[in-house]
Amino acid sequence: MRPITFALASLALASSVAAERGSDGHVSIIYWQAPSILNPYLSGGTKDIESSSLILEPLARHDEMGNLVPWLAAEIPTVKNGGVAADLTSITWKLRDDILWSDGSPLTAEDVVFTADYCMNPDGGCAQLADFDNIVAVDALDGSTVRITFDGPKPYPYAALVGATTPILQKNQFENCVGAKAPECTAENFGPIGTGPFRVTDFRPNDVISLEANPNYRDPTKPAFATVTFKGGGDAASAARAVLETGEFDYAWNLQLAPDVLANMEAAGKGAVVSAFGTLVERLMVNLTDPDPDLGDMRSTRDHPHPFLSDIAVRQALSMAIERDLLVEIGYGKAGQPTCNVVPAPAVFASSANDGCLVQDIEAAKKLLDDAGWAMGADGVRAKDGVRLSILYQTSTNAVRQDFQALIKQWWAEIGVETELRNLSASVFFGGDPGSPDTYQKFYADIEMYANNFEGADPEAYLGNWRCGLDPRPDTQWQGPNVPRYCSEAYDALLSEMSQTGDIDERARLGKAMNDMLMQDFVMIPLVHRGRVSAHADSLGGVKLNTWDSELWNVADWHRVK
Amino acid sequence: MTEAVEFTAPPSSQWNDVWHQFKSHRGALVGCLFFVFILLTVAFGPMVWSIDPQYIDIRARNSGMSIAHPLGTDQLGRDTLARVIAGGRTSVAVGVTAMLLSVLLGTFVGVLAGFFPKFDGPLMRFTDLFLALPLLPLLLVMIMLFRDVLRSVLGPESGVFILIVCVIGITSWMQAARIVRGDVLSIKEREFVLASRSVGTPPVRLVIRHILPNILSPIMVSATLGIANAIITESALSFLGLGFPSDFPTWGRLLYDSTDYLQQYPERVLWPGLAISLTVLSVNYMGDGLRDALDPRIRGR
Repeated sequence: MRPITFALASLALASSVAAERGSDGHVSIIYWQAPSILNPYLSGGTKDIESSSLILEPLARHDEMGNLVPWLAAEIPTVKNGGVAADLTSITWKLRDDILWSDGSPLTAEDVVFTADYCMNPDGGCAQLADFDNIVAVDALDGSTVRITFDGPKPYPYAALVGATTPILQKNQFENCVGAKAPECTAENFGPIGTGPFRVTDFRPNDVISLEANPNYRDPTKPAFATVTFKGGGDAASAARAVLETGEFDYAWNLQLAPDVLANMEAAGKGAVVSAFGTLVERLMVNLTDPDPDLGDMRSTRDHPHPFLSDIAVRQALSMAIERDLLVEIGYGKAGQPTCNVVPAPAVFASSANDGCLVQDIEAAKKLLDDAGWAMGADGVRAKDGVRLSILYQTSTNAVRQDFQALIKQWWAEIGVETELRNLSASVFFGGDPGSPDTYQKFYADIEMYANNFEGADPEAYLGNWRCGLDPRPDTQWQGPNVPRYCSEAYDALLSEMSQTGDIDERARLGKAMNDMLMQDFVMIPLVHRGRVSAHADSLGGVKLNTWDSELWNVADWHRVK
Repeated sequence: MTEAVEFTAPPSSQWNDVWHQFKSHRGALVGCLFFVFILLTVAFGPMVWSIDPQYIDIRARNSGMSIAHPLGTDQLGRDTLARVIAGGRTSVAVGVTAMLLSVLLGTFVGVLAGFFPKFDGPLMRFTDLFLALPLLPLLLVMIMLFRDVLRSVLGPESGVFILIVCVIGITSWMQAARIVRGDVLSIKEREFVLASRSVGTPPVRLVIRHILPNILSPIMVSATLGIANAIITESALSFLGLGFPSDFPTWGRLLYDSTDYLQQYPERVLWPGLAISLTVLSVNYMGDGLRDALDPRIRGR
């Protein structure tokens, strides 16, 4: 309740308080991972992307609801307003005409073209290159218009130059830093000139950034703060303590802590915990192939279907036996909500067709197994034709995940399924080393649990993960995103349809249909929709936690509550 | 009084003397009693305290000490007393078995190296090699390599048990081997060994009849210390989240699971921590007392 009332209060105050640039003094931000560079094109790290979003801005970005809003562009180009070509092969951005760089020079289309070329330079090793996929050319049509041309229809063209990962760099500053020279330009990468509300005064890599208000920022009343200290390092617990208990900092990012630990800190009364939900879902992956060690190299490949998990009744029963509310309460508190979808957000893509799973139903699960011919044996484990329902259930080493494992094991025991638990070091499990037997891709187990999400607000690429043929197997060096080894022609047909559809409502319908297909085949069993948790001091107003973009996306609106 | 006894009683056996000396070492006696208490508790405790250590009673989670749960419950409502007992069962069993294995290996290598000069160089360099290996990384690799094989042959729990016992046993025999070798080297030059050799006793018989009984004292001492060491290594493995499955309690695992709640429920770290420390301490005292009791030069002073 508290964050909501607080947000309302701050809205009411916002207009009257922040009347003059820099009038609210100093704000301190703590990220427990320290930024090492301020150029997001040269780093995949969230800490670097978010810290640079204080300085650099993209053409458009997603707001806290996941809607696209224009930022440096005058409006969002669509097919309707003519910004996107009718054949979906190009998009034309029109820049706002009132934007100045922090050195006083105007932003032009040349800067935008330069930024795209900077990232697409084959020698540059750009970390955000995936956002520039399928782009053939980026041209300046005039001083404030840029056209991006794709190699074919691109139904969702809002990846390049949208969001905190791909902001606009100043051509004048980075002109001599292209290609192989990009990482060598220390002064530029550590102190980029931007259009954002702040500019760097001092940057100490892996430690602290000092910033001051950008004198040329487009809104003369913003930002409300004259200076910013952005401190990096430490751990989540100490960052939370610094905001919630001691009040040394005003904002702390990404506080993945046990719910009661956070609640205790919040009780100190110095700050508030805020959460927002993106697309991160903790889920069980079901192995549709046989992980029997006797199969040697052919373990967990599509040549050998799983002895009992290939029966949909078993998969469904496993899902029905789980009480998701309790998992949320134990493991995530405010930072989680029970879910039955692998695509839980944004709202247009969220299906409600599977919500039956929110209620645990042990009896129905038992009946389902009985009807499918899995009879209870003398040892309390069901079997059919000599095949026992005995599951090896693996995940990474993490206190919350081990609690989940223990709980789920007990529920499954109630419906007559035996479970053996295994936990693996996260660096090995997620390491992707084809030589290790313990990676999540190899999946030498029956069930595994981890969390995954997708970037941006469009799930097409994410849903494409479960296309036929993308399963990890020996001849792909065990790489591939289709971890459950799912394959359905109907699913693939929906995917190809989506890749040719530009209309957002139609895309939403297809996305939901694919999500429902995966869910009703029970190839993944979603457990918890996990949110981002951050904390801000009670005296800091204007925070709108955004999981679709940088958490600092609206830092220009932050102000002191008096 | 004592003189009268000496004249009338039959000469006391060596083991009586040892017990007499051991008894007079108060620390050793208390340690021994405590160790026996721990052994009895973990062996017969589950019959008295019959709650299943893996049973989750979610409504009773995070409860403090009460009649229903004398040591409270953990974050999932599992009974801490039952878990400490069950954990002790594994930890002590691992400790004792791994100790036996490492003492056996150490004695074998030590006797071979000490008694047969041609084995001395290679075997002792081999020992140095093992001493130089970093233990934990080696354990991690071994667990990764052999876990699946043993699991499929012996089942998850006994497979891991054997793996961990072997892994600890074959990485902790080196100290025993060095001590034994040193003692064998000095004893094999004594007159009684020479005499035995001169009447043609074969080497194997010589070792078994004359040398082993004389080096029993260092072996027993290193055995007691080995138990302590093995319990700590198993705890370290569980603490790293390796070894047994995560819901299978051992003292190290209990400690690991509780560290997150150190601030709110400090007693949860206390119980398994206390169990580990007291067991190791008592075993060390026992070893200390045994060393004194088995040394004829100290005995009787």
